[in-house]
Amino acid sequence: MSEEILASFEVRRLGILDETGKADEALMPLLSDAEIWHMYQSMVLARTFDERAVALQREGRLGTYPPIMGQEAAQVGSALALSPADWVFPSFREMGVHLTLGYPAAQLFQYWAGDERGQKSPERLNIFPFCVAVGSQIPHAVGAALAVRYRRDPVAVVAYFGDGATSKGDFHEGLNMAGVFRLPVVFICQNNQWAISVPLKAQTATVSLAQKAIAYGFEGIQVDGNDPFAVYRATRQALDKARAGAGPTFIECLTYRMADHTTADDAGRYRSPEEVAVWRARDPILRLERFMALRGLWSEQAGVEAKARSTETIDAAVQEMEAIPPPAAAELFEATVATLSRRQAGQMKGR
Amino acid sequence: MALLNMVQAINQALGDEMARDDRVVLLGEDVGRDGGVFRVTEGLLDRFGAERVLDTPLSESGIVGAAIGMAAYGLRPVAEIQFMGFAYSAFEQLYAHASRLRSRSRGRFTCPLVVRTPYGGGIKAPELHEESTEALFCQNSGLKVVVPSGPYHAKGLLLAALRDPDPVLFLEPTRLYRLLREEVPEGDYTLELGRARLARPGSAVTVIAWGSMLERVLKSVGNYDAEVIDLLTLNPFDVEAVLGSVKKTGRVVIVHEAARTCGFGAEIAATVAEEAMLHLRAPILRVTAPDVPVPLAKLMDRYLPTPEQIQAALDEVLQY
Repeated sequence: MSEEILASFEVRRLGILDETGKADEALMPLLSDAEIWHMYQSMVLARTFDERAVALQREGRLGTYPPIMGQEAAQVGSALALSPADWVFPSFREMGVHLTLGYPAAQLFQYWAGDERGQKSPERLNIFPFCVAVGSQIPHAVGAALAVRYRRDPVAVVAYFGDGATSKGDFHEGLNMAGVFRLPVVFICQNNQWAISVPLKAQTATVSLAQKAIAYGFEGIQVDGNDPFAVYRATRQALDKARAGAGPTFIECLTYRMADHTTADDAGRYRSPEEVAVWRARDPILRLERFMALRGLWSEQAGVEAKARSTETIDAAVQEMEAIPPPAAAELFEATVATLSRRQAGQMKGR
Repeated sequence: MALLNMVQAINQALGDEMARDDRVVLLGEDVGRDGGVFRVTEGLLDRFGAERVLDTPLSESGIVGAAIGMAAYGLRPVAEIQFMGFAYSAFEQLYAHASRLRSRSRGRFTCPLVVRTPYGGGIKAPELHEESTEALFCQNSGLKVVVPSGPYHAKGLLLAALRDPDPVLFLEPTRLYRLLREEVPEGDYTLELGRARLARPGSAVTVIAWGSMLERVLKSVGNYDAEVIDLLTLNPFDVEAVLGSVKKTGRVVIVHEAARTCGFGAEIAATVAEEAMLHLRAPILRVTAPDVPVPLAKLMDRYLPTPEQIQAALDEVLQY
């Protein structure tokens, strides 16, 4: 008998755009200037939505809200690689994905104001409702991918979740099944390094989350999650691979939750201002602005104009949201089941 | 018509529906090559192929979770959980997702999913293989809970469940799988979900039971003028059928093999008390298992309701 190495592994980390705004041209995805501007404008829109949502919550016009600030590159960069026909299974911190895919901002506000009608995905999109039970949406994506394969449809499936979700059983069950059946699904983990007060090092003993995929028999890659080009490139490749029938991919976007977990949280209780300052300097929007400025695509004035356009869009969305009449009491029963039971029908009438 | 047991009747329903509707796909542990540990899905892999009969990893939450995604996409998945006691790890998927998807998406996504699982005691199996915790799943307004009591109803109810636009938990009484044989029509027929049936007419007392206890109740009431109602669906249960019978007899005995506290009998008793109190001539009695964990085989006879206990309850209400 002898002892031998049965398996060993390596984990790739992809970064294209550095903090000074310099891009590795060899890895740069093929994007026109107009597409880069669209990427930038989408990130600014996501940031503007987020700032407004936090402000509205402070004014009592929204309920508890989970900010996305700092994660715009991970969200916009990945969503731009998707097509509207793809199926998306979000957690609850992906408003940048929704906005980039064209989900109405007014509906996002409506949902966070406490009106579930905001969750009704427009017919042109296949975005599942936000999933608040962490990680439990992952098996749904796996099931949709089983259906896609059975139907031989030319679409891919994407599940979004955070670093905390990788500790859940459904992460394991979902990724394991995806590996066993080699399904057309892409798992996008926004590793923002904090699950409320639990830091990454207390969430896992591994040096990356990406390497967890190896145990399920498919590739995991870590990308710089504040680099929209790296996120876009990795997502694009993973989607192409999925559509080609070559199986799932796990993409860990290493980013940072610049704000509190939610508007009901105070991150000052568990993390240092110094750490936050380091990551504020790595703001994905600043990085893209530097890149665009170096290319002659961006100026202070152009930035101001981009912000103004987003503000206009968000102003209109807030107005639209606030003009929606509150749900009638009958909405408690509407769309809960195809046919109400006799008891439910009686309760709806107040009996 | 053929004389079939419940395993054969369910197998026939699954095979017929898969032949009729290519959206119907089975998934679960050992459902393919092995035909299921009770052989309920025997032959279906050979007949329909591995794309429609999926042997999954050992992964209850993953099975039900994946089935939710398949259902939302447009398929009609049938997930098998090998024993009810293992459905607990899929409880979050059933409670937080399957039963709420239509509501959370305001109708944009639906979940026409059937989760089949054998339930109930008396089969000399290890722990957690003989659970009867149907009430846990009934406080879940978006999830129908269906419990056939014999082969004929199993086939008709399963065909109805497979065509239902919302998720259905289909509980198969394990002890009766091969105990009962009934005439089962070969063709297509459905039995409406949410409807009870009159299993035996009577006028002095109403006995309400379902699934595994129905057979035991029918054996126990031979010498009584008892009307037996087989609920068949627990959620939503047939309130009108229960009240109609109670208003006629004025006496109620509820029999279930689950523990008493917060068992489904409590819901029935409360409904009768709210809506038919003035018709009652006697207290509502429940014959149930005691409030203890389901025991292993050597104590099972002391745990499950016995014919003697059922008869004692009948004698008691008939004294009034």
